[in-house]
Amino acid sequence: MIIATNVNKRFGRLQVLSDISLTCNKGQTIALIGPNGSGKTTLIKCLLGMVIPDSGFMTVNNKNIARDWAYREQIGYMPQISRFPDNMTIEQVIDMVKDIRSGSSRHLDEELLQAFDLPSLYGKRMRTLSGGTRQKVSASLAFLFNPDILILDEPTAGLDPLSSEILKEKIQKEKSKGKLTMITSHVLSDLDDLVSEIVYLQEGKLRFHSSVSSLQKDTGEEKLNKVMARIMQQNR
Amino acid sequence: MKKIIKYIILDILKNRIVIAYTLLLLVISLSLFMLEDNPAKSILGLMNITLIIVPLISIIFCTIYLYNSNEFIELLVAQPIRRTRLLSGIYLGLVASLLVAALVGIGIPILLYSPTGTGLTLLLTACGLSIVFASLALLAAVLTRDKAKGIGLALLLWFYFSFIYDGLVLMILFQFADYPMDNTMIGLSMLNPIDLGRILLLLQLDISAMMGFTGALFQDFFGSRAGIIFASFVMLAWMILPASYAIRKFRNKDL
Repeated sequence: MIIATNVNKRFGRLQVLSDISLTCNKGQTIALIGPNGSGKTTLIKCLLGMVIPDSGFMTVNNKNIARDWAYREQIGYMPQISRFPDNMTIEQVIDMVKDIRSGSSRHLDEELLQAFDLPSLYGKRMRTLSGGTRQKVSASLAFLFNPDILILDEPTAGLDPLSSEILKEKIQKEKSKGKLTMITSHVLSDLDDLVSEIVYLQEGKLRFHSSVSSLQKDTGEEKLNKVMARIMQQNR
Repeated sequence: MKKIIKYIILDILKNRIVIAYTLLLLVISLSLFMLEDNPAKSILGLMNITLIIVPLISIIFCTIYLYNSNEFIELLVAQPIRRTRLLSGIYLGLVASLLVAALVGIGIPILLYSPTGTGLTLLLTACGLSIVFASLALLAAVLTRDKAKGIGLALLLWFYFSFIYDGLVLMILFQFADYPMDNTMIGLSMLNPIDLGRILLLLQLDISAMMGFTGALFQDFFGSRAGIIFASFVMLAWMILPASYAIRKFRNKDL
């Protein structure tokens, strides 16, 4: 579904992405892992058309995304930090995004909205909300339009254990429907049993892209934490 | 685009700064009209305040609003919508809310106390300046990534058009006092929207006679229909050019 070919991006002198080539298919849940500043968020932003690569190209469903905007109808995105206009209520924010995406005929998936019990907070202004509640709004927005591709940047950061469990269950459920999910997270224990593939980025380079089961076999470890620790030791 | 304008207006009209700004304008204009018996004098006082406050609040408020909605703009860019439409929507929403503030704060008192051509010119100038400085704010916010730098640039732009520019014009005038400067002066006044507004208003108030030869010259040019039309076009260019340049830049900006 997503194919990146030789994507390069440079911010000033810093090479943030160098020669990234990646193929992601339907039904996969991919964890994007890497140290801070390894280019995970930039890669995601390239995919969403927020950052324009210097060279190389990306395709979503075999269509080049450069200078296109309609393809984003198939993507649900949850950013790392969510801030909304201070004086809008939760309901207005949701209505606004609904209005923007009203062209699509996809049916709305309000499951997460209900699970987070957001309708009871509809009248609240965004200014008064805690960071966690804003994350919930932004997660619900990502799932609301039933997109084929889900991109979640640090989804569980700032969520309480109960809510992050709800979110994980939802991701699991969407995975079984055959959607492609991309998650970045530093909390590897959150990703256990969730992801099927791991993409490891370091200093803007793609170190490896392989399935979790083969990694587990290679390292002889069960938990993702241990698996990654082993690999980092080997690389050293 | 209409949808974005709608929600931005809904958000801004509840904003405390905009409410305070509207009330401030309202209080200033009402008190000026009540203090003076002669509405023309009040208009002159109101003009001096308007030419300082309206551009300042417009440019600072818009710049801060744009920086504060940075994350929200990122979220919207990830939706299926053209970037140019998104930013135009936000810009028009900002402009519309500033116009509401100016119409309530200055328009209502003028309508009550001095519904004349002069009053109307003052109101139009205030509206025009709101749009021009919102447009400059958009440019400042798109060009600089850093919030502090962006607000600094916005303040500098306001300072330039309000004070520095006039100083420069005076300097040029003194330096070239021996040469005929009439047409140059008209040209120079076009390069500053605040000056343009001030000249148009002063001519309406018929005190251009006090400005000597230059005043007569301005009267000759801006008093004619062609001059007014030309000045309006220049004002329109000030509204459109910075904003459209900013929107074009935004299309290729890395967020």
